[in-house]
Amino acid sequence: MSVTVRNEKQYCTFYLDNNFLGIAVTQVQEVLKYQQMTIVPLSSDVVAGLINLRGQIVTALDLRKVMGLDSLQDRLPMNIVVQGDDGPLSLLVDEIGDVVEVDTEFFEDPPETLELSFRHLIQGVYKLEGKLMLVLDLQRAVFSLVDA
Amino acid sequence: MSSNSQSSDQLPEEVAEFLVESYENLDRLDQDLVTLESDPRDKDTISSIFRTIHTIKGTCGFLGFEKLESVAHVGENLLSKLRDGVLIINPEITNSLLSTVDAVREMLAAIEANNSEGEGDGDYSALIAQLAVLTNGEQIVSKVIEDPVKGIAPIQVGESSFVFSKKVVPTTAISNDIPSETENIEAIVQEVVPPIHTSESPGKEPADKEKVSSSLSDANIRVDVGLLDKLMNLVGELVLARNQILQYTTSHTDSSFVAASQRLNLITSELQEGVMKTRMQPIGNVWSKFPRVVRDLSLSVGKQIQIEFEGRETELDRTIIESIKDPLTHLVRNSVDHGIESPEGRLAAGKPKDGRLILRAYHEGGHVNIEIADDGSGIDPEKIKQSALKKGLYRSEQLEKMSERELINLIFSPGFSTAEKITNVSGRGVGMDVVKTNIEKIGGTIDIQSTVGEGTTFKIKIPLTLAIIPALVVAAGGQRYAIPQVALVELVRLEKAQAKIDLDSVYGAPVCRLRGNLLPLVNLCELMDIKSPRADDDAVNIVVLQADERQFGLVVDNVIDTEEIVVKPLGKQVKAVDIYAGATIMGDGHVALILDVTGIAQRSSVISEVRDRKMSEMAHGNHESNKVERQTLLLLGVGDNYRAAVPLSSVDRLEEFPIEALEWAGDNQVVQYRDSIMPLLWLSSSIGVSPSQGPEPESIQVVVHSAHGRRVGVVVDSILDIVNVPMNLEKCSTKNQVLGSIVINEKVTDVVNIDEIVGSALVNFIDASNFALAGYGG
Repeated sequence: MSVTVRNEKQYCTFYLDNNFLGIAVTQVQEVLKYQQMTIVPLSSDVVAGLINLRGQIVTALDLRKVMGLDSLQDRLPMNIVVQGDDGPLSLLVDEIGDVVEVDTEFFEDPPETLELSFRHLIQGVYKLEGKLMLVLDLQRAVFSLVDA
Repeated sequence: MSSNSQSSDQLPEEVAEFLVESYENLDRLDQDLVTLESDPRDKDTISSIFRTIHTIKGTCGFLGFEKLESVAHVGENLLSKLRDGVLIINPEITNSLLSTVDAVREMLAAIEANNSEGEGDGDYSALIAQLAVLTNGEQIVSKVIEDPVKGIAPIQVGESSFVFSKKVVPTTAISNDIPSETENIEAIVQEVVPPIHTSESPGKEPADKEKVSSSLSDANIRVDVGLLDKLMNLVGELVLARNQILQYTTSHTDSSFVAASQRLNLITSELQEGVMKTRMQPIGNVWSKFPRVVRDLSLSVGKQIQIEFEGRETELDRTIIESIKDPLTHLVRNSVDHGIESPEGRLAAGKPKDGRLILRAYHEGGHVNIEIADDGSGIDPEKIKQSALKKGLYRSEQLEKMSERELINLIFSPGFSTAEKITNVSGRGVGMDVVKTNIEKIGGTIDIQSTVGEGTTFKIKIPLTLAIIPALVVAAGGQRYAIPQVALVELVRLEKAQAKIDLDSVYGAPVCRLRGNLLPLVNLCELMDIKSPRADDDAVNIVVLQADERQFGLVVDNVIDTEEIVVKPLGKQVKAVDIYAGATIMGDGHVALILDVTGIAQRSSVISEVRDRKMSEMAHGNHESNKVERQTLLLLGVGDNYRAAVPLSSVDRLEEFPIEALEWAGDNQVVQYRDSIMPLLWLSSSIGVSPSQGPEPESIQVVVHSAHGRRVGVVVDSILDIVNVPMNLEKCSTKNQVLGSIVINEKVTDVVNIDEIVGSALVNFIDASNFALAGYGG
């Protein structure tokens, strides 16, 4: 998995708390502003709700919760819709960044000191000018989530 | 899909089906034969050709088309030699085979034209002889080929002429002089390719042939089911959009807008109906295998049974057809095995020797009824009573109270079987309850009518389709939820004063007095753990629902409306929550969850382990039976002063191991248990209670729980008791491991979530490196 993604050059970036993260653009279906959601009582914490994406019902996951952070309080999150194995999934993020083009030679494995629970969900780090971009491991962070 | 071709009213259905299928196969055969010529050793192609001809031969033998059968037969002989490698294909053989295909096609056309009376008056003896000669491995004497069997030539004319016309038409002036396309081709054929034009068939042959083979095969096409599903989905959306517009119409006075939306309304309804029809299949498709099933089965149990069908053409949605296949088969087998008596028994009872099994299907008010009736011995309520008693499913005083009908319905209880001996067919006590569950899963009901000595009838009532269902929309906690109407019994609204009188609680469990019966209540907001905006003194809205045999009242904030909804599946992240059956998009574009009534009943333990405690019992004021929200718990002692409890249903066994039996596997403590290694975990450390301070015990008490196909031993300090208590849990802790607290025997007891505890430990045990995921993984 990680090998194929390392060949990607373009990443759709977003902010989550103080982190700057990226998902390979090939995995992103679309980016949306805040959508009204239907909450799903009794479901797992990470499920933020269901949204109506042009007649298709898409589960929205609170990516902050997935990454072990507190939910966004002061403003409405935005959606990054990614293609999962069984249909699209929406990830709620703080803010959407640009699509960045990166050279694979600036890629590095996640630092050892990163908290284990967080490190597992990160494929690696791109050293960009002025900041670091963490590459989210969608397979681990999102698709393998099954309601507990 | 129904064959709505114009000829289907004259042709018998099976003949029409045969024709359609054969035309399709023949078209493929032409291609296959040509492929084969270029690659004579392609075994797959030969086999495919062989199968096609074989199928045609078999079917026309069955339908009584002898001439067609004889031609197909010699063709098959030749092909079998090719398939076995005795002969290698050469142009001669290919020619003859193509001739065979043409001959078959001609006869099929004749059958269609003559309304299945005959295969036409063509003489194919020469072709048959030619094929026979080839089969014997001889060369064809040239005079045979002269025979006016419509051979390879016409096809070549047809094909090459098209090729030529393509080339010629755009470039030269010839086309302009010629009025029509067909004549154009003929002209070119005659002008340009006279040499090919050898056989006696004139140039109009291709056109003719086209016409002959068209009428039936053109009336039917095969469509990808995925495409139909997508259409169905889109139509569902269109219906919703229509509803939206109609809602808007009511606040509008522009008459032309209103008229247009009325038209939209009608067209959408018709479109919906039409698309639904495309997914409909006659129930006969499922039934067709039953004669064989009944025959084989009745032979093996030494019975003589006639099976009859009524209403084969009754149509049902494809998905429903799929899901009733197994339950129906089971019921048919059951009737053959248990229902109908042996021939001797029947004669003794004064009945004809042959038993009768009738399958009947018909539409009735948006539902399909399917009946499976036998004229066997019927179900004896007494026998059921004894059997239930013997199996310990019920106590005798419970059974005494049951009506005959209720007793008969007991055969749907899990673990029930009245078969005197277990056969390899049925009678293992797993079956009827599965049949019932499967039918209920698709929103259907099953009912039995049985008279001792006269027979039994199973009556199944199922909805026409699953994709669009009528639903009641309710509000709870500021959100809307849809409840499928099949589960709906009635709506009750209690105004403030009335609510005070009618609402009550029995041992902490809320109930409602409804016409003299006590109805257990489930508050949707409380169940979902959401805040209700409803004030205490507002009127109470109760939706009375039916789940399995039980009725219960669902307290909601508001009842909004009934609506047709399109059921959409939930993603896997939320699928596991058992109280939702799916989701839908409402008229205003918002998503609403569809409630799963059975799931709600289970979660709130309305349906308890013993399923059949009946409402009527409650009316008798039987205190015992008011334990609607009760659960049986195993009480455990942990540490010095901590009491925990787990639902008994989650406990496999209780074991005691000497302290020496403890071993290590990796960094986990384990014991050897039933030929495998069982990991142990200490409940005290899982829930963060300090372990007992006393001296090290000589043995450990273990509660064995299985999860994900593995056993895990939960070590506790002591096993105290088993109690049956009402589950009015209070949440005093935020820990996931604790479901809630409850007072049992005057002590506060935490009911622990053993699945959660064991689940995370198990992940740990199997793959310690995956620990980070354990928090999310199930």
